Amino acid sequence: MKARAFSYARPNTIAEALDLFAAADEDATYIAGGQSLVPTLALRLQAPQTLIDIAHISELRGIALDGGWLRIGALTRHCETLADPLIAQHAPLFHDAAPYVAHPAIRNKGTLGGSIALADPASEFPAMALAMGAELEIVGRDGARRVPADDYFIDLFQTAIEPGELLTAIHVPIVRPTHRWAFDELARRRGDYAIVGCGILADMQSTRIEDIRIVFFGVGNTPVRATTAEQCLIGKQLDQAVVHVTQAALADDLAPPDDEHTPAAMRVHLARVLLGRLLGRIAGAT
Amino acid sequence: MSEQITIHLTVNGEDVSQNAPARETLADFLRTRLQLTGTHMGCEMGVCGACLVLVDGRVVHSCLMFAAQASGSVVETIEGLSERAAIADIQEAFHQRNALQCGFCTPGMLMTAQALLSQPGVPSRDEIRDALSGNYCRCTGYEAIVDAIESVARARAATANGRQVEEVAG
Repeated sequence: MKARAFSYARPNTIAEALDLFAAADEDATYIAGGQSLVPTLALRLQAPQTLIDIAHISELRGIALDGGWLRIGALTRHCETLADPLIAQHAPLFHDAAPYVAHPAIRNKGTLGGSIALADPASEFPAMALAMGAELEIVGRDGARRVPADDYFIDLFQTAIEPGELLTAIHVPIVRPTHRWAFDELARRRGDYAIVGCGILADMQSTRIEDIRIVFFGVGNTPVRATTAEQCLIGKQLDQAVVHVTQAALADDLAPPDDEHTPAAMRVHLARVLLGRLLGRIAGAT
Repeated sequence: MSEQITIHLTVNGEDVSQNAPARETLADFLRTRLQLTGTHMGCEMGVCGACLVLVDGRVVHSCLMFAAQASGSVVETIEGLSERAAIADIQEAFHQRNALQCGFCTPGMLMTAQALLSQPGVPSRDEIRDALSGNYCRCTGYEAIVDAIESVARARAATANGRQVEEVAG
C-alpha cells in the first residue's frame, strides 16, 4: 500500500520543528530515519496530515562527553552507534547491541533517538538505554527536561514523550573500570526480532556484585527490568548456586504473553537460558 | 510545506529536478519518473532488499524513504553502478556461478555485495551471509550467491596484493 497524502516540512532547528507540530493542530508526525515509520504510513496505521522531517536538524547530531555522561544526539544512525569509539568505550551496551538491530541497510538510516522514541518492546536500543540507566532528553515548547529511563517507558509504544515533544538526546552514565556488561539475544534468524534479548550492566567489587541492572526485551509491553533477579545478585559472588537462584527468580519478573510461535513458558525458559549465559560471561570477565 | 514538492537530486551523476507528491517513495520516484526500473519493489516494507540504492554513499531501502527526504542527496542506483563498471566483476561472478535465476532480487544483492566488498578485508562466508540477511532470494537458496561474492572478495584481495607487490618491486 501507499501512504495517504500528507504535507512535508523540513525544519532546520528544534524550535522550528516544535512550531510546525503546533501549527499542524497536532495532526503531525516527526520522521527521522523512518525505518519503522515509513511502513506504518504505507500500511496506513498512521496517517498524519503533516510529516515533519527532523533529519536535517544539526542540534540533534553529535556524540560528546559531558562530565560523567556521554551525550548521544538523537539522530545518531545505528551504523554510527556501531562504529563510534566514544559509544564503544563509554556506552558499550549500545555498541554491543548494534549488530543485532535489523539489517545493514536499515542500520544505515535508522536512528538511536527514533528507536528509543518509538519504544518497540522487541527492540534492542530502548532496552539497553534502560540497562545502562540512561536519561532521555526531551524538548517541548515549554523547555527541555531529562527523564530517567526507569520512568520513561510507560506501556506498549508509550513513553514519557508528550505529543509534539521531541527526544533530542540520550545521556548515558559512562561505564567505570568496576563495571562489567553483557548483551545477547535469541532469534530464529539474524536480523529478525529476538524471541528474547537481554542486557546486563554490573558494578563489581572484585568478584562481588555491588549493583546490577538486568533488562530483558521481547518479553512484554516495554523493556523489563528484572528487579527480583537483580536483588538475588546484589552483594553476592557469581557462583553456580547464585546463578540458579537468580534464574528461578525470573518467574517473578517476567510475564510474557503467549503468542502463536512462542508460548509464555518457552519465552521465560529462554530468558533463563540467556541470563545464565550472560552472567557466565560477566563472571568470566572478572 | 506542501503535498506536492519539488525534489532536487543527483541521480547516477545527473542533476534531477522534478515535482512529486510528498508521499511518493524514493523507489516509486526512481522507477516511474526517471524510468530507472532496475530498482525493484518487492515487499515495500524494508524486508526483501530488492529496492536497495545508494543515498549519499550508504545503501538504504528506497521503499523506506520518501523522495522528499532524499531531496538534496546524491543517489546512485543499480544502473549507475552497472554503467560505470563498478560492479562488473560481481556481475560476472553471479553469471559464472549461476547466482540468479529469475533475477528479481539481483539488483539488491549486487548493492549489498558492493557495500560489503567496499569494506577492508576479505569477508568470511558467515559474514557474507550476515550481510545478505536483509536480501531475500526465492530461487537460488543463496549458496551460489555466497559463492559468487566470496570469489569476488578473494579476487579483489589478490589484485590489491598484486598491486602492492608491484609497488614494492617497482
